[in-house]
Amino acid sequence: MKIKKYILKGLEKAGLILVMAIFVFPFLWMASTSLKSLQETLIFPPKWLPDKIMIENFVKAWSSGPFLRYFLNSVFVTIGILVLQFLTMVPAAYAFARYKFKGYKLLFAIVLVALMIPEQITFLPVYLQMSSWKLLNTYIPLILPYGTSAFGIFLLRQSFMQVPDEIIEAARLDDASEWKIMWNIMVPMAKPVLVTFGLFSFIYHWNDYFWPLVMTNSEAIRTLPIGIAMLKDTEGGVAWNIVMAGNMILVLPILIVFFFAQKQIIKAFVYSGIK
Amino acid sequence: MSFGHKVKPYLMLAPAMGFFFMFFIYPILYMFFLSFTSWNLISPVKEFVGFKNYKELITSSEFHTVLTNTIIYTILVVFLSISIALILALWLNKKGYLYGLTQGAIFTPYIISLVSVALLWLWIMDPDYGLLNWVLGILGIPPSKWLAHPDTALISLVIVGVWKIVGYNTLVLMAGLQSIPKEIYEAAALDQATKWTTFFKITLPMISPTLFFLMIISTISSFKVFDTVQIMTQGGPVNSTNMMVYYIYENGFDFFKVGYASAAGVVLVIIVGIMTLFHFMFLSKRVHYR
Repeated sequence: MKIKKYILKGLEKAGLILVMAIFVFPFLWMASTSLKSLQETLIFPPKWLPDKIMIENFVKAWSSGPFLRYFLNSVFVTIGILVLQFLTMVPAAYAFARYKFKGYKLLFAIVLVALMIPEQITFLPVYLQMSSWKLLNTYIPLILPYGTSAFGIFLLRQSFMQVPDEIIEAARLDDASEWKIMWNIMVPMAKPVLVTFGLFSFIYHWNDYFWPLVMTNSEAIRTLPIGIAMLKDTEGGVAWNIVMAGNMILVLPILIVFFFAQKQIIKAFVYSGIK
Repeated sequence: MSFGHKVKPYLMLAPAMGFFFMFFIYPILYMFFLSFTSWNLISPVKEFVGFKNYKELITSSEFHTVLTNTIIYTILVVFLSISIALILALWLNKKGYLYGLTQGAIFTPYIISLVSVALLWLWIMDPDYGLLNWVLGILGIPPSKWLAHPDTALISLVIVGVWKIVGYNTLVLMAGLQSIPKEIYEAAALDQATKWTTFFKITLPMISPTLFFLMIISTISSFKVFDTVQIMTQGGPVNSTNMMVYYIYENGFDFFKVGYASAAGVVLVIIVGIMTLFHFMFLSKRVHYR
């Protein structure tokens, strides 16, 4: 009986390791490929590790296009979106959480529907709008369409509703303006939710490929994911060692953030429920 | 209440609502309008053509292929990712170092850019030097062309799609499992219910709202698949992986058929709209139930 139990336990452990391998091994394979020479990628059956570690692959990938520019564009666009979302979400969530007014239901329904509709539906008309305003290839079509977040408003509203009425009444008695109550009392109390949403939004927009691809056609304004994807489009065969080196550059920042804030990130995504 | 107090909530909502109007409501209405016109992006006139674009969609065999591909892709990704996730969630829902590590591992692909996932799997599925054919070789299975052959290209994209989201589905289901009150299981144990009865009579009904929620959102997210198509196959070989969003993109940006692309976009709006409606009907039912 005891032996059977041990065998079962051993089998379960082996199963767990197999499952882990299916999800982790591709990343290790990417790391190994990124350090190989071109010849070593063209061997079958594959070699697990490179003979000589080719750090220069990273230099080659980085210098094959204006990657510093792509990187800075990604940083600028992501930060721009986060700041704008913060500024528009807080007052909207405050109004939904603390006021009763005509049209509440309709306006809140818009938020709920916006939560479900992906940007893959609106890209064509938004592109045409931007094009007619001569705004393509500027940062505007990359940032403004994400100027507010339905998900963020939804989360923040719930958090604002949990703030006890007494705190707000006390502040009102002290003659604090609504503006002050919103930014100086509510926002600090909603800090955990704001951090959670910030992580979610950062990862989402840092990774985004679709929107910047559709809205730009000039190198000067493109973001990192597009630059990395273009590494594949070289003449002749694909240099997989270079592509994987570029891929490492894109993945590592997210993996590092994930390593340090795993619990918070999982929470952010699991409770986000959307996208 | 003063006039100022009445206006305040509207002022607070104005910026956010302005963005929703500009980039969500207006574009969808504009797309409806465009779907009744013929326009090539350059010409100053948008000619009104009535239902011509829709008629063209209905009769186009290419659009039928695209719609069929999208539906097959969606059904497979939703079914596989949720059923695998359910098994994993029941299995991994335990305390322990190895379980925690596995949970983190299966979630990793979900937070990685689809660009990385697409490039990585393009390399792994390489017909000549890819890792996957090597694994098949070990198991004694003949190599496959994967993305390079019309028979296997769509299923290859399904594999990538499932790999990307199964960890997310697992963790959401685990959260659902953890919200089931322990007392119910204790009562079942007292009644000497078997494992199977407990699963079908308690666990499954209790997590059915979570399952339904996952079905809705993974259906929407599979319907909008684009990045993997664009990077891995460009819709090929011979349209075997061309799907809705890529088709709209192709027609609008490569062939300059804006009206036609808009009509396809309206079809997508309707499909996603129906899913959203299901979602809300279900949510309101749940509220009544409580």
